[in-house]
Amino acid sequence: MAIETPVVELSPRFSFRLDDFPLLPTLILTGIALVALFAGALAPHDPEVGSLAARFRPPAWQAGGSLEHLLGTDHLGRDVLSRLIFGARVSVVVGFTAVVVAGATGTLLGIISGYLGGWVDQVIMRITDTWLALPALTFAIFLTAIVGPSEMNIVIILAAVYWTRYARVIRGEVLSLKEREFVRLAVVAGCSKWSIMHRHILPNVLNSAIVLGTLMLGVVIVTEAALSFLGVGVPPPKPAWGLMLADGKKGMMVGYWWLTVLPGLCIMLMVLSANLLGDWLRVKLDPQLRQL
Amino acid sequence: MTHYILRRLGYSLVSLLLLSLTIFLFVRVTGDPTTLLVEPGAPQADVDAIRQRFGLDQPIWVQYWTFLASLLTGDFGNSFYYRTPVLDLYLSRLPNSLLLALAAMAFSLLIGIPSGILAAVRVGGFWDSAGKTFSLLGLSLPSFWVGLVLILIFSVSLGWLPSSGSGTVWHLLMPAFALGWYFAAAHMRLTRSSMLEVLGSEYIKLARLKGLPEPRVIAKHAFKNALIPVLTLAGINLVIMINVAVVVETVFAWPGIGRLLYEGITFRDFPVVQAVVLLGGAMIVLVNLLIDILYALIDPRIRLER
Repeated sequence: MAIETPVVELSPRFSFRLDDFPLLPTLILTGIALVALFAGALAPHDPEVGSLAARFRPPAWQAGGSLEHLLGTDHLGRDVLSRLIFGARVSVVVGFTAVVVAGATGTLLGIISGYLGGWVDQVIMRITDTWLALPALTFAIFLTAIVGPSEMNIVIILAAVYWTRYARVIRGEVLSLKEREFVRLAVVAGCSKWSIMHRHILPNVLNSAIVLGTLMLGVVIVTEAALSFLGVGVPPPKPAWGLMLADGKKGMMVGYWWLTVLPGLCIMLMVLSANLLGDWLRVKLDPQLRQL
Repeated sequence: MTHYILRRLGYSLVSLLLLSLTIFLFVRVTGDPTTLLVEPGAPQADVDAIRQRFGLDQPIWVQYWTFLASLLTGDFGNSFYYRTPVLDLYLSRLPNSLLLALAAMAFSLLIGIPSGILAAVRVGGFWDSAGKTFSLLGLSLPSFWVGLVLILIFSVSLGWLPSSGSGTVWHLLMPAFALGWYFAAAHMRLTRSSMLEVLGSEYIKLARLKGLPEPRVIAKHAFKNALIPVLTLAGINLVIMINVAVVVETVFAWPGIGRLLYEGITFRDFPVVQAVVLLGGAMIVLVNLLIDILYALIDPRIRLER
């Protein structure tokens, strides 16, 4: 006779189920972040200096390749592996900072707009709508044409282009939160508008902001790569993946495939992981955003 | 009805005004606009002429009015590089962009709609997960990288297709695929969710109860109704495609608006960059207006709202 195992009931606090947790994407993202952090120690060569004598070396496993340059060299003889490793740093730094700055701005304005209502809401939402109508990449290119490309400017530009997506969603959530009992009670209890927004509204929209941020990470990284590819992103000789793709185009027609395929694979890996994680978070944390 | 349309028209006008104001302020606030609007190394007389023309010594609202008035007469300034009015340049490139966008749209619907239906009909099955993987890949692969890999495969290795330029159908295939790829995934997602919603509705249950064969239920009753949101999205996406093709057009040297924008940034031709972003925004505002009006014509509930 089988002995029945007692069912252990976890308190609701701990019922956050991890069954379909996207382990691989999380590991990949963590891996990329670690590579970015320890780029200096991991890269076998200087990413910005090469020797012209060693140009266009293929990866080690192809004829003509050597173990010295595992993934080959580019048109200036720079080590591709080292450039990919340092490129991770650019993508991680630019991607995460831009997402955080855009998220903070958008969430703040979304809360203010939704909670205060009236003319403040009108002004913020008209600006949001207008900026949303501008095609993101074109808008970003226009801004780089004005302020000029640099890593810092790219972060500001990406944040300026993408904060509207947060503002829109967060405002919608605030509109329904505003009508809930606990907010009304806080009003009756005499809390000031700012303390209600800060202590009662903000904690309740953070989940959505985090989900949106994860999903935006992919978008932001692709936009950064596109800007660098077009020559208005991270300025050379800094190794950014988008910049490497643009350089790789030079050797593409003669078959130097590694210069095109490898940086693209890195971008894809990072964006795919961010999207998978974002999708999972969306379902777990925020049922309201499932429709997105 | 007229009231609704007038109100939507008003909103769109406000949007267009704000759009021009945004662009205007960005150019003025971030420094001396003459450095952007005058060619580098131009003689002092030219600099003065521009200052005179835009009234840069005038108060800012007078400047905005001058700017707006010249936009309304279709004057977007002259290109530094081509020495012709920017609007003429833009209009001469528009047909190419439209052609590319139409081809990419055809491709994305051809892939997106059937795979979306298949995923919805076999929900939870093999085709559904295959569709999910496909849509995830579509949304995660940057279009320019898809383009570069296509060139590597079909131009460099196989030598089947030309890697750049325009003129024949063969030139169109790879850029249309690279551009349509992302949208195919988006259309697939929407077709799937729209189909699922329709398949759960009462009239489909009735059609099944009547004993209609399943393929007929899907093709005749569900598909038609599920298609409406997809086609709406496709309408908006066509305009978006025209405006986001910068990277794809650069990769394939396709002579459209995106390529014009790329030339604008490479040659530091600011009037071109400004015109492309302004007209792109205006195009999207107008297509949104058009779709809202069409929806109101089709669906009386929207008209009566508010």
